[in-house]
Amino acid sequence: MYCNHPPEKPGDKKEVLQKITNMARANSLWVTGYGTGCGAIELRPLGTSRFDMERFGIAMRPTPRQADVLIISGYLSTKTLKRVIRVYEQIQDPKYIMALGSCTINGGMYFDSYNTLNVLDKYLPVDVYVMGCMPRPESIIDGFSLLMKKIKEGRATGWKHYKENLDYYRENQKQIIKNWDLPDYNW
Amino acid sequence: MLSNIMSILLTVFTALVWGLLLGGISRTVTAKIHGRMGPRVTQNFIDVWKLFRKTSSIHHGGMFWLAPMFRITGAIAVLLMVPVVVGQNITYNMSFAGDVFLLLYIMFFGCLGMALGAGNSGHPYAVIAVSRGLAQMSSYELSFSVAVVAIAVGLHTFRIEGIVAAQQAGISSWNIFRFPFASAGALIAFLPMQMAYPFGIVLAPQEIPIGPPTEYSSRFLSLMFSGRALFSVAKLLFFVNLLFGGASSWLSLLLKTFLLYMYTVVVSSVFPRFRTEQSIKFLWLVPTTLALVDLVRVML
Repeated sequence: MYCNHPPEKPGDKKEVLQKITNMARANSLWVTGYGTGCGAIELRPLGTSRFDMERFGIAMRPTPRQADVLIISGYLSTKTLKRVIRVYEQIQDPKYIMALGSCTINGGMYFDSYNTLNVLDKYLPVDVYVMGCMPRPESIIDGFSLLMKKIKEGRATGWKHYKENLDYYRENQKQIIKNWDLPDYNW
Repeated sequence: MLSNIMSILLTVFTALVWGLLLGGISRTVTAKIHGRMGPRVTQNFIDVWKLFRKTSSIHHGGMFWLAPMFRITGAIAVLLMVPVVVGQNITYNMSFAGDVFLLLYIMFFGCLGMALGAGNSGHPYAVIAVSRGLAQMSSYELSFSVAVVAIAVGLHTFRIEGIVAAQQAGISSWNIFRFPFASAGALIAFLPMQMAYPFGIVLAPQEIPIGPPTEYSSRFLSLMFSGRALFSVAKLLFFVNLLFGGASSWLSLLLKTFLLYMYTVVVSSVFPRFRTEQSIKFLWLVPTTLALVDLVRVML
């Protein structure tokens, strides 16, 4: 089921028990397991006993409905963008995007490829970048701790930015997805 | 009246806290078995609060909204009908006049509500999980019912208070020693009841992404988490009363429920998952036969 009206602008209103809620959000990050690029291979070791991301409260969720974080793991191809938009918009607020690898920052080694996106932030709001090609699990954990810090301080507001500037993002997305057959308001 | 309401609120609140804490402990213990550090013991509280504060803008129809309420209602109903601490009036929450079969029915009421809600969400994985869950439920229900009937016939009472009262003459009078086969059957049926492995075919994250709650998010999921915690405490309490002589004090209650819960956690973390037909075949054959042995012994 789709909405046929633009999203409400979240604004800056304070929630009840904001600090406690932010602490809870930072310490319970659920990630959708959706491998978008080759960086997904570095996500698997995070669950093993060597790196163990569960000690930070991070868990993999197999459905976007229950997730908080969407990881764009490496380059994003023009074909995948549509699916990623659908997944991102199905996640309930507040939601965060972590971009792995240099491909998401400036295209990386695929900078002149015809079918990958160069600057991810033009299409979806990125909260945290993790650099490297590929980033090792340690740097992903580092990225998570940066995201946790931003959430605790209330600075991880990419989802608000997306809703407030939806027209800008839609325009950019439609430049890539020529056969746009998604509903415009997708939540 | 007021004291009744207070005692009901106290029981539900204590059960919720204990259930969430047990869930956290089980995650830590599982992590230690894997050789990991694991999350904090309080992780489930954090998760529930976070989920409660997320927005929810998903609508799938009335039953989708009601399902978490069904689950929580079933859990609270079982909790209030089972004596919490034997001999303490404050914890006899309802002057209960039904028998053990009513309890059995209400225990499955929450699962049925959940099945309707998951069906309403329209997600194919949820529907697959529901059909698996109902098939498995009908098989462990059989062995569990036979075990309960064996115990009830042996003690000449179907009332849960009567079953507890018959076990107060020391450890050797506990039903687990008086009816060892029926108890073994009931304890095996307890694993699928708690959705523990090897019977975890309903919430199979690698196979049918998380099963019935696939479409549930934010507050609904938070309610379902709390409902699950309450429900597992209610089931633990029922089993403690049925097999382990009830609890004579709060300390023995916590200890007995903790040990019984750890049994499911340890079994769950060392076994892989059955396929649906394997699970159903096992449940029809092994625990049912075990329970029948005691039933026949009692009848003779």
